[in-house]
Amino acid sequence: MMPRFYLPCDSLARAVGADEVATALLSQAQERNLPLDLQRTSARGLYWLEPLLEMDSPQGRIGFGPLTAADVPSLLDALQGDPSTHPLALGPVEQLPYLKTQQRLLFARAGITRPLSLEDYRAHGGFDGLTQAIALGGEQTATVVFDSGLRGRGGAAFPAGIKWRTVRGTQASQKYIVCNADEGDSGTFADRMLMEGDPFLLIEGMAIAGLTVGASYGYIYVRSEYPQAVATLREALDIARAAGYLGANVGGSGLAFDMEVRVGAGAYICGEETALLDSLEGKRGIVRAKPPIPALQGLFGLPTLVHNVLTLASVPLILAKGAQFYRDYGMGRSLGTMPFQLAGNVRHGGLVERAFGLTLKELVEDYGGGTASGRPLKAAQVGGPLGAWVPPEQFDTPLDYEAFAAIGAMLGHGGVVVADDSLDMARMARFALQFCAEESCGKCTPCRIGSTRGVEVIDRLLAAPEQRGREAQVIILKDLCDTLQYGSLCALGGMTSYPVASALKYFPADFGLQPSEADQ
Amino acid sequence: MPDEMLHLPMVISLLERHKGSPGALLPILHEIQERIGYIPDAAVPEIAHALNQSQAEVRGVISFYHDFRTAPPARHILRLCRAESCQSRGAEQLAAQLRERLQLDDHGSSADGNISLRPVYCLGACACSPALELDGQVHARLSAERLDALLDACQEDA
Ligand SMILES: Cc1cc2nc3c(=O)[nH]c(=O)nc-3n(C[C@H](O)[C@H](O)[C@H](O)COP(=O)(O)O)c2cc1C
Ligand code: SF4
Ligand code: FES
Repeated sequence: MMPRFYLPCDSLARAVGADEVATALLSQAQERNLPLDLQRTSARGLYWLEPLLEMDSPQGRIGFGPLTAADVPSLLDALQGDPSTHPLALGPVEQLPYLKTQQRLLFARAGITRPLSLEDYRAHGGFDGLTQAIALGGEQTATVVFDSGLRGRGGAAFPAGIKWRTVRGTQASQKYIVCNADEGDSGTFADRMLMEGDPFLLIEGMAIAGLTVGASYGYIYVRSEYPQAVATLREALDIARAAGYLGANVGGSGLAFDMEVRVGAGAYICGEETALLDSLEGKRGIVRAKPPIPALQGLFGLPTLVHNVLTLASVPLILAKGAQFYRDYGMGRSLGTMPFQLAGNVRHGGLVERAFGLTLKELVEDYGGGTASGRPLKAAQVGGPLGAWVPPEQFDTPLDYEAFAAIGAMLGHGGVVVADDSLDMARMARFALQFCAEESCGKCTPCRIGSTRGVEVIDRLLAAPEQRGREAQVIILKDLCDTLQYGSLCALGGMTSYPVASALKYFPADFGLQPSEADQ
Repeated sequence: MPDEMLHLPMVISLLERHKGSPGALLPILHEIQERIGYIPDAAVPEIAHALNQSQAEVRGVISFYHDFRTAPPARHILRLCRAESCQSRGAEQLAAQLRERLQLDDHGSSADGNISLRPVYCLGACACSPALELDGQVHARLSAERLDALLDACQEDA
């Protein structure tokens, strides 16, 4: 039988050379008269091993990586003898501790299936959730989502079931499902991986949402920085429509649901749900005051269920396996699993899906393997550009929404950016304010103007030759952080203080301050 | 600008196709930019007319979003990621290398019209930072040498 190989077509695998490996493999195998079958699958999320080539074997799929095109000749040599002798051989991929210890519910198909193969999707549980939702009907489906304890994965962690019931209970001529795929946070890539790698899962989740709340149309708003996600989703929509999973009679339910992909235009604030709705309406992405909440008056003023990619994609599994199955994962009020994303200065960058509750230390050290540079760990920014810098002393904090809030940090979308001792936290604080200034929608004065003043204050602080001058600037900076935190309409202005205040609190030396000066 | 006028029939037929769809402005602007490379000023009155909006509203939207250009870009567009994950892996050194080699600030086009430089805040490649996007293609795990090689390739076909 022809040996079968698997190599991801994920955009990040390609950004580190997967296509070159594929080309070399196919052409050189042909030169050697070695027939071989290469499938392009989604990525496992073990990005430090990409390009990661896998091959069927009696022990399951065995892996080789990270490969370059230059490794292909020796790889082909090894294949003719004992492949496990190749220096880049990794053995059975699912036995790698990084993967074996994960709890892959949402990313169960990652690295295994071909993104646009309906056949692969169905063979791995695809559309079981939709079938179940149709059998249960809207009322009971909403109850299952409510009972599962699922909370929004976009950052605010609001209980999904409450939103579903609100939209479902509202009468309107038209309702919408909007998927927030703006994933603008540095250090996050789970939405991208899911859209590029398992697009039918998101489509299934949105279809279930549509049937349940009585919305017949949906939009996926994808950031423009993700062109491959856009193209994959568009193709997947056509395939799903042709197979009857979208359209006038979704999965034989007798109910209609269809959707389209819309592309953002490089504005971070359009990740905020009301700015996103304005953007979808063709306007500037300006944050709306709430109330009214989008569930009652959202897109074009009509009831709209807005969810992050991961929230919607969790729904099929919850329906297929039941609310209790999902609740059995996690801790406290953070139930289910979360695909954490390890990024920055970390040896083993990638996706780690685990139940809530493992500690930041386990994530960064056991999975991440410490810093990539080998230098001492300094801090990790958790939850994107509006998240706090967490110092190593706090790494025992469990990854749980409430536990993070208790230390003045946030989990957000689950991204973790690791930094070694060479990263200057004063510069990062300055960057946070500069980013806020650049991305502000302009509605509130503290955010629009205060952020720019904040950059100037940090510049003055760093330039001040003596202690008294520095102290004066610290007082102004803290005051400004307060004004931002309490005087902003949304979290862009409101939480820019998190990275700034945490940098100042835990790393005063980077600002040229004694610990006591920063503490006043 | 007579050459801008040359694009008008295309713009008008594209407007015809989009104008029935709700909230069509962003898809329209994206498609114009994709085809022409930027959004010509001459297109604005046409768009405003088709969507029954004021020209000021259309211009307001174009200027709000970082992606939209109102002048032709250089031959190559290089977007270096400047967000936190890439910064923690040396993006600032790469930015300095670019400034030095291209004699450009972070947001400009080289005098020969060969390369446009722009910052970007995250390409979703953070597990393999630092990263950049060159002409729509993402390159990750960048090093100074790799960046030089990419620039050489751009300059060779100048
Ligand atoms: C500045 C800002 C940026 C945001 N960016 C995103 C984003 O990129 N993706 C996302 O899903 N939610 C983002 N959110 C959260 C959304 O406003 C909203 O809470 C979310 O889409 C709701 O979906 P969920 O219930 O599934 O989390 C952002 C919020 C703010 C204030
Ligand atoms: S805090 Fe900033 S981004 Fe948020 S609404 Fe106010 S001005 Fe807009
Ligand atoms: S921060 Fe650079 S790719 Fe995400």
